[in-house]
Amino acid sequence: MADAVVTDTRTPTEPGWFRRNKLAIAPWIFLIPALIFFAIYVVIPIFESLWLSLYEWNGLYDAEGNSTATWVGFQNYVKLWDDPNFWTSLRNNIAWLVLYMLAVPLGLFIALFLNQTVTGMRFYKSMFFFPFVISQVVVGLIFGWFYNPDFGVVGTVWKAIFCEETTNILGNVTFNCSRPAPDILSSPEWATYGIIAAGLWPQIAYCMILYLTGLNNVAADQIEAARLDGAKGWKMLWYVVVPQLKPATFIAVVVTVIGALRSFDMIAIMTQGGPFGSTNVLSHYMYEVAISEYGERYGYGSSVATVLFGIMLFFISYFLWRMYQDEKGGR
Amino acid sequence: MFPRPIEKSGPAAKAAYQAFLPFALILWLLPLLAIFLTSIRSAADINSGNVFGWPSEFAIIENYTAVFTQSAAAQYMWNSVLITVPTVMISVALACLAGYALAIYKFRVALPLFFLFVAGNFIPFQILMVPVRDMSVQTGLYDTIAGQFLFHAAFQTGFCTLFMRNFIKALPFDLIESARIEGVAEWKIFWFVVLPLVRPAIAALAVLIFTFVWNDFFWANVLTQGESAKPITAGVRALNGQFVNNWHLVSAASLLAAIPPVVCFFLMQRHFIAGLTLGAVK
Repeated sequence: MADAVVTDTRTPTEPGWFRRNKLAIAPWIFLIPALIFFAIYVVIPIFESLWLSLYEWNGLYDAEGNSTATWVGFQNYVKLWDDPNFWTSLRNNIAWLVLYMLAVPLGLFIALFLNQTVTGMRFYKSMFFFPFVISQVVVGLIFGWFYNPDFGVVGTVWKAIFCEETTNILGNVTFNCSRPAPDILSSPEWATYGIIAAGLWPQIAYCMILYLTGLNNVAADQIEAARLDGAKGWKMLWYVVVPQLKPATFIAVVVTVIGALRSFDMIAIMTQGGPFGSTNVLSHYMYEVAISEYGERYGYGSSVATVLFGIMLFFISYFLWRMYQDEKGGR
Repeated sequence: MFPRPIEKSGPAAKAAYQAFLPFALILWLLPLLAIFLTSIRSAADINSGNVFGWPSEFAIIENYTAVFTQSAAAQYMWNSVLITVPTVMISVALACLAGYALAIYKFRVALPLFFLFVAGNFIPFQILMVPVRDMSVQTGLYDTIAGQFLFHAAFQTGFCTLFMRNFIKALPFDLIESARIEGVAEWKIFWFVVLPLVRPAIAALAVLIFTFVWNDFFWANVLTQGESAKPITAGVRALNGQFVNNWHLVSAASLLAAIPPVVCFFLMQRHFIAGLTLGAVK
């Protein structure tokens, strides 16, 4: 402090405007590159999409470089209301949201199973996390084969249980099955669940790692105290451990909700929305209508994206509100 | 510790637990093992329908070289590198600056701006798709490497800023305060005081962003067309069409696509997990 006073007396002229406002200007200089970049690619496009959802546009421009979009108001949304594919997608989105949540308790379960200190445990923990590290494209391909009724694991296990193998004189093997093996991805009723199960695999791994870190920070003295009081097993888990895991649970729920609503890769790889659109979700349906061989319907696609954005915004607002409460408490 | 340490349960339980671990792991990674076994099988096995049984012969070298000689896999891999590396550098650099500003300075819009970055990180890609694609076409960035890394860098800046801001916020503020009293310029505080302290966070972010962007599939489809700029994820899908019924080659290609993030994860495991769980446990 003394230093600052000395400097002031040494400069009789008014310090420059920049110097005086240093602490007000500096943050903006640090922020501007990121803000500009983020605005161009993220913030502005959101509003453009919202706006575009009120137009009909095939993405083309006329000779002068003006967009050929025509204003249709809320007509795209009216069309959505009558579009059975939209409702199927929305229903599947809800199925994803609900079933994806299984990743949270299952992740906790595996974390509890692995939360021991035996030799090689670090290796096991990282191997269990493995599915999360690889691309969903690869996961989708793997499970696509997995479900194949002829030669996939599902088909092989099915044959072992329900089929009788017979070899004729020529040495050809035929299978006599009491029930044919299920072709999960070709069945409109089951395909979505098959994809969700595949998606759960990496998601459980993610939740598991969040819980493993959370378990590290559980207060040992509280557990000891509860043990002395005779708590164990489920009671201990539910009344002592789970409340302490609240921050980990919150993050696990956040990433699972976002993951469920964002699901695109697996569907694109495994079924492309089929059979008959039965596995579509909003994120994939939007892509399909906006960039497809049936012509590009940017406006209609944007209205699908807007609906998805609206659903997401509902969750995002809640997360931000929770974060805001934390920030207020943290100061 | 919960559950009760297995050591306290007697040798029998401990032995049972340790015996069960590998079994559980194999079950958990069964899909991966299956694809690995497929990738080292010969074409004869595939044709005779032996896709999930024990391979009759090991064709590991043949299959993996075939992927490179019979397809553009090498090009796809290289494209992925060219997209991922600049993304990591740009987004982490921008986020260090922005995170510093949001954590250290007290100004009215600091929290709203922070929330803007957080929210941007959670939105569905589809709401950006049409405008970003259109903008890329207009500016000649469509179907280029630069078009992809610029977008990824901008988008990942949201997550990186969230991350850096929380990390810098947790540093002792006295350090910055005392540097200011000493009359150190703001950018020097950033460069000489804060940046050395956030190195672990930078490492964590770098591996995370590398993995996220390497594994991207959606934007690869939206922003590219031909082979020249396609990353490996989209390439694997293309190979899936090209190598119809050659599952041994497709699985080899898929595993190749998975190698860089996996290697990255195993080399930087601690940072990777610290990155994912930052904020989960306060």
